[in-house]
Amino acid sequence: MPTTYVEAIRQGIGEEMERDPNVFVMGEDIGVYGGAFKVTQGLLDRFGPRRVIDTPIAESAIVGAAIGASFMGLRPVAEMQFADFITCGFDQIVNFAAKCRYRWNAPAPIVIRAPSGGGIHGGPFHSQNPEAWFVHTPGLKVVQPATAYDAKGLIKSAIRDNDPVIFFEHKALYRRLKEDLPENDYTVPLGKAAVFREGSDLSIITYGAMVHTAAEAAGVLQKEGISAEIVDLRTLLPLDEETILASVRKTSKAIVLHEATLTCGIGGEISARITEKAFESLDGPVVRIAAPDTPVPFSSTLEEAFLPNAARVIEKARWLCRY
Amino acid sequence: MAAVNVLTPQSTAGADTELAKRAHYYMLLQREVEERIERKLYRQGKVLGGCYVGRGQEAICIGAGLAAEAEDVLFPSHRDLGLYFLRGVPMREVFAQYMGRAGGLTGGRDGNMHMGDLKRRLVAIISAMAASVPVAAGAAMALKYQGSPQIVFVFFGDGATSRGDWHEGINLAAVQKAPLVLVCNNNQYAYSTPLSLQMACQDVADRGAGYGIPAEIVDGNNVLAVHEAASRAAAHARAGQGPYLIECKTFRMTGHSAHDGAEYVPEHLWDEWAARDPIRRLERHMIEERWVNQEELDKRLAAVRVEIDEAVTWAENSPYPDPGTLEDNVYEKR
Repeated sequence: MPTTYVEAIRQGIGEEMERDPNVFVMGEDIGVYGGAFKVTQGLLDRFGPRRVIDTPIAESAIVGAAIGASFMGLRPVAEMQFADFITCGFDQIVNFAAKCRYRWNAPAPIVIRAPSGGGIHGGPFHSQNPEAWFVHTPGLKVVQPATAYDAKGLIKSAIRDNDPVIFFEHKALYRRLKEDLPENDYTVPLGKAAVFREGSDLSIITYGAMVHTAAEAAGVLQKEGISAEIVDLRTLLPLDEETILASVRKTSKAIVLHEATLTCGIGGEISARITEKAFESLDGPVVRIAAPDTPVPFSSTLEEAFLPNAARVIEKARWLCRY
Repeated sequence: MAAVNVLTPQSTAGADTELAKRAHYYMLLQREVEERIERKLYRQGKVLGGCYVGRGQEAICIGAGLAAEAEDVLFPSHRDLGLYFLRGVPMREVFAQYMGRAGGLTGGRDGNMHMGDLKRRLVAIISAMAASVPVAAGAAMALKYQGSPQIVFVFFGDGATSRGDWHEGINLAAVQKAPLVLVCNNNQYAYSTPLSLQMACQDVADRGAGYGIPAEIVDGNNVLAVHEAASRAAAHARAGQGPYLIECKTFRMTGHSAHDGAEYVPEHLWDEWAARDPIRRLERHMIEERWVNQEELDKRLAAVRVEIDEAVTWAENSPYPDPGTLEDNVYEKR
């Protein structure tokens, strides 16, 4: 039976809770209600209130408590109701969790789940993609799956990992994607990108929901005789530089695509690494496609103009191929 | 606040000689080690960065720390050095920590009071005040989750009670009935800001009611009284009744850190609070009760100073960390 992205994450968490009694979940409305997006639905019935904890509306306390519990040997999986609210727990993430291993050899194996991304008319406070803030923070790992298979495999790896992981889930994918998943217990390693689609004329390096935007564009480009390769980063920190560079060396042209805003976005970092390390292979500038530097707007016409789409990718790809 | 120059009878009821002697020893250790750090090594330029001491308020961390069991988890704040000694951290590692040496408790990765050791159940602070409170709440929730008889003690100053983390952390711990003892050292100043500009309520303890937890005020310069209050708080937490706040009234007998002359403090306060020095008060009490004599106290002080000399020498001989290790341990080594 095909499994959705949201069900894949739920299965991954549930399996880890079965496997390891130290794993527990906490967050706002995650127990009785099953979470704003129902990611944790059913876990309370299966595991009880000891391991499925509804918390006050207090993101800093949720993250802080996760850190403290991890110091005592537990493996907390904390939910931010929307990735936008992660700012309320920012200090705990970037100053407490990210640095404690380095400072005093105290690992904080926590997972912070954060539903991110636009396209649902959520407006400026329910649509953001704040991953770059965390990618700029040594000590964190930052993950964003694009498929149901990866969502399950990566959440399981994140829970088993001994460092703090920020796990972004694109909410537009929760119920849009369905695929058959293996019956067996599998994981997807952190820090490894995947070639989502093979191609030879240019590389589109992307992650999250934009992988599917890139795939839509690649389908159109294929008909025009342009073969686009898509690299799905899957983990944003640490970056899988090897896979990125191997793809660019093969195609000689690169587009970096993300839904987050342009300036100081991850595209800038990837672009810099490509020009530093694969300059001789390049046959054109590294092109960034991202949202413009504005808040995420509410109304349909504005949000559609804000979000990168296949048409923009196609246009830039054509331009780059002519270069 | 009325002048308190002797230990009140009820606060010493049940206190035994051994407890008083231990409390005295650890307060003395903290005082003497910090004197050496702030008044000597810092001025000699041997300390890297700033230093923050707990002069005059040693009774709080020692009184509360002695109420903790060995496996209870402690979250010291930046004026609670004595807790490290209670947990067996060698003083040489503390000196090396302040000097940024490889032999320091964090090996030069962090400085001064930013140190912890999970094996000793000591959790390091970060610089943002009160950030430890939610973390302590989570540690307490975990102990409850594990069915452990152990509890958590978290220490903070009056200024920290202004931060959201303090409120969020206590609220979460209260809702979860987590076994958490909250120890406030109300030393009346947060850097240069007096309490009147920090909060509009009279006492930090007033805030407990807002979270549905018990709170009490204790003379923070009376180590036996602090111990007694902390023991009450610990019993409450250990019995599964949730968090308990104790507000220890004291005074910061120093600037915020070694560079701060604290000219903003009215002169008379120094004299008033010097008369309530927690170490001298305990010594007077112990002598009155004939638990020790002056000669024994002098010997003890001399022995501590010898120990300090040796520890400082060790720390000065400890190398600086190898720059080649700069990028180690950001993540787990694979």
